[in-house]
This record gives sequence, C-alpha cells and structure tokens, in this order.
Amino acid sequence: MFGRLTIEAFPFYSAIAATGAAITVLGAVSVIAVITYFRAWRLVLFDWISSLDHKKIGIMYVMLALVMLMRGFIDAAMMRSQQAIASGNDGYLPPGHFDQIFSSHGTIMIFFMAMPFLSGLINHIMPQQIGARDVAFPFMNAISLWLTAAGAGLVLISLAIGKFSTAGWSGYPPYSGAEYNPGVGVDYWLWAVLIAGVGSTMSGINFLVTILKCRAPGMHLFRMPLFTWTVLVTSILMIFAFPALTVACGLLALDRIFGMHFFTNAMGGNMMHYINLFWLWGHPEVYILILPAFGVFSEVVATFSQKRLFGYISLVLATMAIGILSFSVWLHHFFTMGASADVNSFFGIMTTIIAVPTGVKVFDWLLTMYRGRIIFKPPMLYTLGFLVTFVIGGLSGVLLALPPVDYTMHNTTFLVAHFHNMIIPGVLFGYLAGYMFWFPKAFGFKLNEKWGTRSFWCWIVGFYLAFMPLYVLGLMGMPRRMEHYDIPAWQPHLIVAAIGAFIILLGIICLGIQLAVSIRDREQARDLTGDPWNGRSLEWATSSPPAPYNFAILPHVQSIDAFWDMKHRGVAYQRPDRYVDIFLPKNTFVGAFIGGAGFVFGFGMVWYIWWLAILALAAIALAIIVRAFDDDTDTIIPASKVKEIEDARFAQLAKAPRNELADDPGFAAEAVPEGSS
Amino acid sequence: MPMLPARDREFESQGLIVRQALAYRLQMVAAASCLMLLTTDCGALADPVLDPKGPIALAQRQLLFDAVAIMMIVIIPVFIMAALFIWRYRGTNRNARYTPNLAYYWPAEILIWGVPAGIILWLSFHLWDGTHKLDPYKAVDPSVAPLQVEAVAQDWKWLFIYPEQNIAVVNELVFPSGRPLAIRITSDTVMNSFIIPGLGGQIYAMAGMQTKLHLLADEPGEFWGRNVQYSGRGFADQQFRAIATSTGDDFDAWIAKVKTSLDTLDATTYEQLAKPSVKVPVTYYSAVEPNLFDKIIAKWRDGGTAHHAPMTAEAEQAN
Repeated sequence: MFGRLTIEAFPFYSAIAATGAAITVLGAVSVIAVITYFRAWRLVLFDWISSLDHKKIGIMYVMLALVMLMRGFIDAAMMRSQQAIASGNDGYLPPGHFDQIFSSHGTIMIFFMAMPFLSGLINHIMPQQIGARDVAFPFMNAISLWLTAAGAGLVLISLAIGKFSTAGWSGYPPYSGAEYNPGVGVDYWLWAVLIAGVGSTMSGINFLVTILKCRAPGMHLFRMPLFTWTVLVTSILMIFAFPALTVACGLLALDRIFGMHFFTNAMGGNMMHYINLFWLWGHPEVYILILPAFGVFSEVVATFSQKRLFGYISLVLATMAIGILSFSVWLHHFFTMGASADVNSFFGIMTTIIAVPTGVKVFDWLLTMYRGRIIFKPPMLYTLGFLVTFVIGGLSGVLLALPPVDYTMHNTTFLVAHFHNMIIPGVLFGYLAGYMFWFPKAFGFKLNEKWGTRSFWCWIVGFYLAFMPLYVLGLMGMPRRMEHYDIPAWQPHLIVAAIGAFIILLGIICLGIQLAVSIRDREQARDLTGDPWNGRSLEWATSSPPAPYNFAILPHVQSIDAFWDMKHRGVAYQRPDRYVDIFLPKNTFVGAFIGGAGFVFGFGMVWYIWWLAILALAAIALAIIVRAFDDDTDTIIPASKVKEIEDARFAQLAKAPRNELADDPGFAAEAVPEGSS
Repeated sequence: MPMLPARDREFESQGLIVRQALAYRLQMVAAASCLMLLTTDCGALADPVLDPKGPIALAQRQLLFDAVAIMMIVIIPVFIMAALFIWRYRGTNRNARYTPNLAYYWPAEILIWGVPAGIILWLSFHLWDGTHKLDPYKAVDPSVAPLQVEAVAQDWKWLFIYPEQNIAVVNELVFPSGRPLAIRITSDTVMNSFIIPGLGGQIYAMAGMQTKLHLLADEPGEFWGRNVQYSGRGFADQQFRAIATSTGDDFDAWIAKVKTSLDTLDATTYEQLAKPSVKVPVTYYSAVEPNLFDKIIAKWRDGGTAHHAPMTAEAEQAN
C-alpha cells in the first residue's frame, strides 16, 4: 500500500536530522498560520496561486528562490562548520549526514534557488522590456512555476520523510545506482530534478516565443535591451540543454527502478555516458544562469553610470558567442576520464576561447563607466563587486581549462572555489542587483539603501573570506566533499572559510532586515512615477507596480534605450486619445493543480507507491485535457476600466513632477541630448 | 553648520579628499597583506601542487605559472580601470568629463576583442603542447623500463599489485625514486579518482575499464595519495602513503619484506578484501593470483555484481 514508506522513514534516529525536519515542518505550519492570521486565504488563493499574470508568477518564483536560498545556506553553514572542526576527529556530522548536506546544498542552490530566481526576474521584467502584456503562453508559465515548486517541495520533504541523496548534486553513477545506493535519497534527487527540469524546458520555450513573437511595434531585435537579449540566448540554451538532463536522469531512473544497465558497472553499462549527458546539460546550465545576470549588470551599469551602454553590438555578439561555445566544452568537467591528449586539448581550447567574449563583456561594462557619472546605489555596488571579483574566477577557470593543470586540481577545493567564484559574484550578485533594481517596479516602493549597502559589504567580504582559502586548500591538495581530514595544515584555512560563511550569514540577515524595514517605511519610499532610477528601457514606462496589462497602449519603439528616447522626445507620458478593451488570461487553478499532482507523482515514485504515482499522472493528463477544451480562458478589461486606472496613474504622476533621482548628489541630467541642457 | 568663508570651505573639502584617499590606500594595503597572508604565511608554498617533487608535477606547475602570468595582461587592467573609473567618474566629481552618449569607439572594440583573443591564441599553443607532453598515458622516459604497478580502487582502500614482483599491498605504494612508474588503474566498486598531489595525477578509476598514469619521483620522499572522487561513507579515509625509496636496493629490501608476509592474495582472500571496509591498515601479500587485475576488469565486462551487501536499514542507521 505505501511502497517503501514505513515508520522508519521519519528521522527520529538523529537529533540533528530531527531538528532539520522540525524546522521544515514548523516553517510550513507558520506560513499557514500567518496566512490564516491575516485572513489572507482568499487573496493568496484567488489573486496569487491561481494567477496567470507574468508579474505575479515572477514574484512567486523569487519568493521561492529566497526561501530556498535560506535552506541552501544553512546546508553551507553546516558544511563549513563541520570542516572547520573535523581535523583529526569526526566533527559533529556523521558521513551519511554530511553527504546529504553537500548533495542538497548543490541541488538546492542550482535548481531551486538560482533557476527560480532567474525565471522570476525574467518573468517579471522581460515582457515589460519588450512592451508586451504577458508572456506568449501564460498558462504554461503557471505550470512551469508549479512544477518547479513541486521539485523544491520534494527536496524539502526529504528532510522530514526519508533521506536525501548522498551522491552530490551531479549524482554520478554507479554510486547513484541502485546497487550502491538502494535507499530513497537518490530517488528524491532524481524526481525533484526531473520534475523541475520539465518546468524549466517549458519556461525556455515560453521565453523564446515571447521574445520572438510578442515584441511591441518597432522593437527590432537590435533595439532590445541587453537583459532581453541575454534571456533570448538563455532560453535557447534551456530548450537545447534541459532535454539532455531529462534523458540522463530518466535513464538513471530506469536503471534504478527496473534494474536496467545504462550506467551500471556491469552488463555493458557505462557511467561515462551519464557523465557526458549530464554535463552536456551542465555546462550550458552555467551560462543559462549567468547570461541573464550579465543582462542585469548591463542594465544596472548603464543606468547608474547615467550613460548609454558601451558596445551594445559587442555585448550582443559576445552573448551569442558564449551561447554557442557553451555546447562545445562539456568534456572539461572530466578531463581525467582518460581521453586522448587530442580530445582533451580540443575541449581545453574551446573552453579558453569562452574567456574572450566574457572578457569583452567585462571591458564593455568598464567602458560604460568611463566618462559617466556613477551613482552608488546597492544594485551598482553589487555590479562593481562582481566586476572585480569575477575576473579572479575567470582566471582560475582558464587555469582549470588547461588539462595538465586540471589533472592536479580536479575534485579539489580549488574547483569548489572556482565555481563559487563564478556563481556567487556572477550569478547571485546579478540576481540580487536585479532584485534591488526592479523591486520598486514590482511593489511600488524602493528598498532601503542603507541595509542594501550593508548586505553588499557582508556578502563581498564574506565571499572573499569563505572562498579564497579554498583556492589555497586546493593547491594544497585538499579534495572536495571531505567529511573529516587528518592534515592539520588545512584547518586554519577552513576556520577562515567558516568565518567567511558567518559573514555571508550577516549579509543574508541584512537582506531580511532590508525587506522588513522597507515594508515598514514604504510610504516614504513610494515610487510614484514608475521610473525610480531615471531608467532607459521600457519596463520603466509602466507604473509601479504595473497595471495588470502593463501598457494601456502598446508603445512604439524608435531606438535602443526606448524609454530614454521617449523621455528625450517628450512623449514618455503622453495621454492617449482613447483606450481600448484589453484581453488578459483568466485566473485558473489548473496550473497549481498540475504542480501539486506533479509533487504527488514524484513522492509516489520515490517511495514506490505505484498506485499513487499512476493516479497523479492520470490527474495531470485529465487536467490538461479539461483545460484544452476550455475555450473561455480570457478575461476582458473594458476600456472604461482601463481609463479609470490610467487616470489615477496620471493623477499620481502629476503629484510627482520631478525625476525621482534628481535629489541624488551624483545626479547628472534629465534625458536630454548632450550639450543642449 | 555655520557658513565658513569660501577659502575655509575649500580647505575643508580638500581635507576630506585627503582623508578619503588615505582611507582608500589603507584599504589597499590591508587587502594586499591579506593576500600575502593567504598565499605565504599559512604554508601554501610548501604544499604539494606548488612544491612538486617530480617532473610531471613540476611541468604542470610551470604551465600554471605561465598561464597566470599571461592572464595578468587582462586581469591587471581590469583592476586598474575599475579602481580608476570608480574614483574618477563618481557622480559627485563634477570635474570629470561626462559624455552620456559615448557608446562606441572602434579602436576600443578592436583592443577588447583583440587582446584577449591574442592571449588565448598564445595559451592554446601551450595548452596543446602541454596536454600532449603531460598526457598521463605517455611514458615519462621511453628509454627506461618503468616499474609496473596495478592499482585497484575498492570501498574504501587502494590495492596495489606489483605483477613483476608477484606481490600486492593495501594502502601503501612503494617505488624507487628516479625510476618511472607506470600505473594501470581500475575500480572494483564505484568510480574513484587516483592522485598523488606531490607527483602528479589524477585519473579516474572505473569498473570494467582500465586507465593509465605515468609518474616519476626525482628524489626520495614520502607523499600522500588518495581517492578524490566522492565514493561513499568511507571516502574521507580512503588514502595511502606513497614512498619513493632513495635507491633500488632499498626498494628490493622492501620487496623482500613483503615477500615474508604469510598472507597471499588468491580469489577467496581477494573477495574478502574487496568487501567495504574503512581505515584498513597497510597489508602485505607475498603472492598474488595470476592476472588478478585483468580478471577484476573482465568480471565487470562479463556481467558481475557488487561486493556491496545491499545497504540495510541498520547500515544506513550507522551512517
């Protein structure tokens, strides 16, 4: 009846595991309690969970990402503290627990922190940047969100029921095969990744079609803001790369459930097939994560340097080049497999070539600052921190691309330091910059700058302290994933790294305080114009927060930096003669239902509760069929209602006649041509 | 603040700039000394990768240094430009030139594409060259007959078979310095990765397959080697001592010592040994079943099963 699920699945065997489970359960209960306390169920259900509005879906994605960031960070802090003390002793975590923690840390940070953060920012901003009213497939968008949430739910519930994988975030067979890992841990990982991966593939399709088909009149490809360009390339990568992951994990699932031999040691299986497929997704995935962050940096650096982005064409070409090259380097993740020198050289050289377009981008951002007037708001601080720190990661990346160097560094903490050096300053700083940059757009008030600045300093100092020692340790030969060690010379570095992790914790706390303080003081920080930073691209042409339809009248784009150009021509805030009815997707619970059924399906597959899995699959199929026959999926906002909303907006604009950035001591100029002011 | 005469105000602002500049310099000094501390004080220079004991590791290090040096051509300008532009073009500095529409300048474009491309071109030649020279499958010195060793990764220990001497050792690898070492590597469990950081490496160990690694220790010494590919609960302790003896005679003496062991490694004792175990002490076997290494590979090729008893609830509990 319940497959493998017995009473022993509950973590009463270990105090630490039981505490983790209790915190997870308490977290869920307190969310429910808070919603009940504020009597917000109607709002949560009918305005949010059932919403197909790309902006609300985007916000929910980011909320999921921030929650998972917390969970992933707790894992990191536990690892750092374990390694700081486990010199010549066993520390406080037994191997079976430590291994689950490094596996869930990586899985969460990549699949359930970075991916949702990315999808959230894209969802909220990209349609506005191209002057669209929603994404191309709003219903599929909701399915993507809820499937991602279902995967995250599986990872979270593994804390309370059963165990998580010990095979690392990359789940290499044969260790992750049934022969060596018969428990449910790998299955939790597998189905979380598979279910969320389907969501990501659909997100990629959605974003690509949106950009290609839903641009406002005049928004030629080469007038798109750079963030949208990076989203375009990222969504192409998603569409091509994620199926490789789905296939790899699917075959591994067949190995595990049906005793097949794709990746086993025996019967003709070959683990390297998995590793090839995994990194055929895995390397493009790195660029899926980082390209939109590059897009954010491009927007932020131009806006806060109060200057046009330098080398727009160069940046677009570099983005495309990175996108193409990202599919030709996957073998550098396993130079040590024993391939011939020719093969290793080829992939090594392809990898170093990626440094060229990446370097071009760094110089273009620097040259954007050249002869600008830089305003040091928190998003800009994160961007500057990124610029300086990222090149160090680039250097170590090129070193690892040299096969002979990789032979000594592979699987050491040097590698760990390298990819955190790319992903924290590159990806996470980008997303945090985007979060602070676009928060006023999403919620109508600005985030507190003081706490934003503090969070930046904690993050960057913490980052250097936490990861520079890992470079050194890597040179000293320390392998990654060591639960304990008996070389005392490593310990001082690991203690410094643990201190770094603690300072990063302060950074996360600052982010929390920033949010709380900003909500408290929101009346003083209202963004009345919808353009708090004297922005350049079309998302700043909408009100903050935007009306459900974003643009009452679709904008006509005449140049790069479309909104800046409109302000310059004096047409940014023109009131149209008349409004028309606007069609928007109607709310529906089918998306959330499919996500919920996906979660139940995953849970059934993990515990071998076959009837439950089949039932959940049937429910998904039924929901899709029912939805397909529903012809009444749109709702109309009548022109009179549009006029009402817009009139209120113009009344608000009239109260805020000045540029919101004009009070800043570094403010340079309104959007007027050079020399004419 | 009371209104100051214009001249005083100017002095005050100058004082502010001086103070800011001073603070900035102090920050730089602090950053530099942190870096020094990280790289020198804590003994990074005495570590295996930066202080190699064999020609392979030495050549690997040289490539590392060369690459770092050439990359500085782009890295240093980034640091300088970042510091300079942040300071010079801060919004409050009204003396700096402001050209809000500067978005393209072709010489800059050529430079930012050309210089990194040139560096990568230079690096590519060295990469190709280095990868071929340091191919782990290539004999270190074709004119010298290397010492043949076969390494088998097990849960969670290393078995070294010396086919020419007909002996086997667990968790200890002894060889004469000055004579190349040719290691054939496989796994009798999950994927492992073999490395001796002081000498070079690493290469994966995979069941049903063999990989090769050629090493050489220039001088006698004791090194550590281990599995660096995560392989389960005994992973952290899956390490061995690698000893390069000073002379061939010392090596022969060690062989003779192993030969005195009462244990031999035949099919039965091997099966016992291959079962999962942690922190296995150094064990000597005075004789080895013929072609054991090839039989281990063939076993997986022809089917085969794991030595792993399926993890029971108790075993998982013990984790």
